[in-house]
Amino acid sequence: MPQNTLAPAGEVARDILSLFRLIFWMAVVVFVVVQGLLVYAIFRFRRKPGDTAMPAQVHGNTPLEVAWTIAPAVILAVIAVPTIGTIGKLAEPPDGKPVVQVSVTGHQWWWEFQLPELGVLTANELHIPVGSRVNATLKSADIIHSFWVPRLSGKSDLFPGSRTTSRWFDADQPGEYQGQCAEFCGASHAHMKFRVIAQTQADFDAWVRAQKAPAATPTGRAADGAALFTNPSKLCYTCHTIDGTTAQGKVGPNLTHFASRGTLAAGLFERTDENIATWLRDPLAVKPGSKMPNLGLSDTDIQTLVTYLQALK
Amino acid sequence: MATIAAVLRRPTSPTGVWAWITTVDHKRIGVLYLVTAFTFFLIGGLEAMAMRTQLMRADNSVVSASVFSQLFTMHALTMIFLGVMPLSAAFFNFIVPLQIGARDVAFPRLNALSYWVFLFGGILLNLGWFTGGAADAGWFAYANLTERTYTPSHGMDFYVLGLLVLGVSSLAAALNFIITIINLRAPGMTLMRMPVFIWMTLVTSFLLVFAFPVITVGLFQLLFDRFFGTNFFNVAGGGDVIMWQHLFWVFGHPEVYILILPAMGIVSEVLPAFSRKPLFGYPFVVFSGVVIGFMGWGVWAHHMFTTGMGPVADAVFSVTTMLIAVPTGVKIFNWLGTLWGGSLDLKTPMLFALGFVFLFIIGGLSGVSHASPPADLQQQDTYYIVAHIHYVLFGGSIFGIFAGLYYWFPKMTNRLLNEGVGKLNFWLMFIGMNMAFAPMHWYGLQGMPRRIYTYPSGMGWDGWNLVSTIGGYILAVGILVFVYNVFSSLRRGRVAGDDPWDGRTLEWAIPSPPPHYNFAEIPVVHGRDAFWEQKYGAGHGEGAQTPMHRPVAGGSYEAHADIHMPSPSYWPIVVSFGLLLLALGVVYGLAPVMLLGLPFNVTSLLGVGIIFIGIYGWSIEPVA
Repeated sequence: MPQNTLAPAGEVARDILSLFRLIFWMAVVVFVVVQGLLVYAIFRFRRKPGDTAMPAQVHGNTPLEVAWTIAPAVILAVIAVPTIGTIGKLAEPPDGKPVVQVSVTGHQWWWEFQLPELGVLTANELHIPVGSRVNATLKSADIIHSFWVPRLSGKSDLFPGSRTTSRWFDADQPGEYQGQCAEFCGASHAHMKFRVIAQTQADFDAWVRAQKAPAATPTGRAADGAALFTNPSKLCYTCHTIDGTTAQGKVGPNLTHFASRGTLAAGLFERTDENIATWLRDPLAVKPGSKMPNLGLSDTDIQTLVTYLQALK
Repeated sequence: MATIAAVLRRPTSPTGVWAWITTVDHKRIGVLYLVTAFTFFLIGGLEAMAMRTQLMRADNSVVSASVFSQLFTMHALTMIFLGVMPLSAAFFNFIVPLQIGARDVAFPRLNALSYWVFLFGGILLNLGWFTGGAADAGWFAYANLTERTYTPSHGMDFYVLGLLVLGVSSLAAALNFIITIINLRAPGMTLMRMPVFIWMTLVTSFLLVFAFPVITVGLFQLLFDRFFGTNFFNVAGGGDVIMWQHLFWVFGHPEVYILILPAMGIVSEVLPAFSRKPLFGYPFVVFSGVVIGFMGWGVWAHHMFTTGMGPVADAVFSVTTMLIAVPTGVKIFNWLGTLWGGSLDLKTPMLFALGFVFLFIIGGLSGVSHASPPADLQQQDTYYIVAHIHYVLFGGSIFGIFAGLYYWFPKMTNRLLNEGVGKLNFWLMFIGMNMAFAPMHWYGLQGMPRRIYTYPSGMGWDGWNLVSTIGGYILAVGILVFVYNVFSSLRRGRVAGDDPWDGRTLEWAIPSPPPHYNFAEIPVVHGRDAFWEQKYGAGHGEGAQTPMHRPVAGGSYEAHADIHMPSPSYWPIVVSFGLLLLALGVVYGLAPVMLLGLPFNVTSLLGVGIIFIGIYGWSIEPVA
């Protein structure tokens, strides 16, 4: 279960879960006691056939009223105190570990991730080093979205305009953690997914170096694909950027290192030749409302572009 | 002039279609509300079934993404504004005057207006289905998804205009009931002798009066953004999307109590009647309801914990939200106290009332878990919340309303709903509801977001989603059993008589169905549970097995044609129709004409004209 909040893999998700556990078990106790009384009363005081006696007409009992006003208040106080403690802890990353700044921008329907201190720009797959805390600053390019990696941290909304929000989190172990937009954002809200890929510091550093390298120089069929990509009749370049080429569009994800990612179309597909071809053939058929139109590409063009894109390591 | 004079002669026919269209009788209006709202409730149920069918398994394609967005938006709007609220209003209409010993509401024609405006508003809200797409931005309609750039279809226009029109209906009805309850109680019925249902109607009406203006402000801002290019929520023009969230939830959270308090009132009537005991701790039940009404205004931002309000605001709204659980708990304990030591008659109304208590407890407990902001960061916008709201609003409000339907149906029709079919109805709904909604807690915590039209397999959500869908179908069968029960019992049901449940309140003192004028003589009230006291004496029948006195509240029912009752009127439906035209004209801007250099449109102008003629005719209408 890749988005299970009950299987936390980072400090924030774990703190939240331990708070939820406390609330859950207190709720279980209240549930058992109150529902027990209810079910007991139903069976104990059920009218038997032929029973016409009038029960005692009790109107109330003030000490009881006081008791069952105070009892819930006490239970809630027990929940409120650690709640407020956890609110404080989640507000800012605590000291003790290095902090990696990440800037997240939500788009209909994909995620842009920037690591400003490291000069890295990528999409839909955020790499983070284990052993550091991530401090994410969030904003939206169009409408409200919500950033959520259930196994690492709770949600934080992304707003358009000048308002930014922030959320810190970390991962205990290297691994892939799935995330998904959690605020309804139009037709393909269901397809606005992403991954957080936690790596050892060494692997992370290697990834950063690879991302900062210039785009691969295409050869053979891939070179034909590069030409198609910037061909005015194919329009790819109007929305996508590939560093070092004339493709400098900003509408869709930056594809400079497309083939370094495991998925495409915001987590909709694994990055295989076949899936890329399906996507290029008719994006709207698999992702309703997608800003990427059906470009009317021929099968040959599609195969050529797939070769090029798969070469963008 | 001749035609106006003809119209101004008030309609007199007591039967036929026109009698219903022109009626100002609170009982008939109650029945109109009931039938209309139940029809909308069935439509909302169909929308839910379509969604559950789509989500039955991974990668399903029963409906498209766009249709799914319309389904969840319209399901919520329909159930809240066209189902639960007007079903509650149906009981307010039918029962309030009977329980307070009055012959009608304070403003009978205004009451008719509320109904017709509600009907037209409901139609307006649904017109999108037939004109290129219903509203599709969620019932909460978060800005700036609602700007025309992102939601170009007329669906959102119908949302704005539909809710504004429905607001007129709610405000008129709420003011009518506040004034009725304050002014028209029978002699001797002090506030603290009012049945709890009356108290909850009063609190709900005050909530409506204060909540609807807030959403109206937001809706007008949205209307101006969509039609006149203002920038309230347009970020590029300096607008603020968070402002909508505050306006919406300052309305939206009291709205939750608008949905649940009437059901709590119904349950507070049914439990004592079927326990043969007075309500335990009456003043505490009443005051906890009033306290909920006040505290409901201080918790709205708990819908916004993920927006980054900051730790102080999070902590404050967390604590206020937890505090509101205290008066809610007090109510539940007092209902348990009512059962305790009673003689519980487990007839269908009682089953639904007990089901309400059982299910509402679950909804209340899950509610506490997202009153804690950190926990809410994981639960917000997941199926865990969907589970919570359905335990509160289906297990709560709808079960309460069904308790009321079974309880008061005999008063409305003089027929008892069939008991055996009723029990089948209850168990199907109870089992179906738990199967549908309990697993949602689980796959919500496993990370399934709300409002996604599809999901891949491998997320661990498939199996429980199938269980939910099966549960949903069982629930739907339960509802159909109810519909069958109504139709068959209307024809063949046992005759109920005036007082089939050994009732405690005044409506059981008069014939079923009540005569046009309700009470031949206005009763004099000497205590709480006024009718019970008449039957069993001031000692409340301690030890008695049969009523000591003949009921006297109704007096004699022979030949009461001399009781003056308000005459029917054409004008409420005329004014309502004008309002519909006004709203339609705004949506379509049909045939714009220039008037004094400003663009006006004919349809809206016609609507305004009809409204003015209607109000004029209304105000000079002769007494029949």
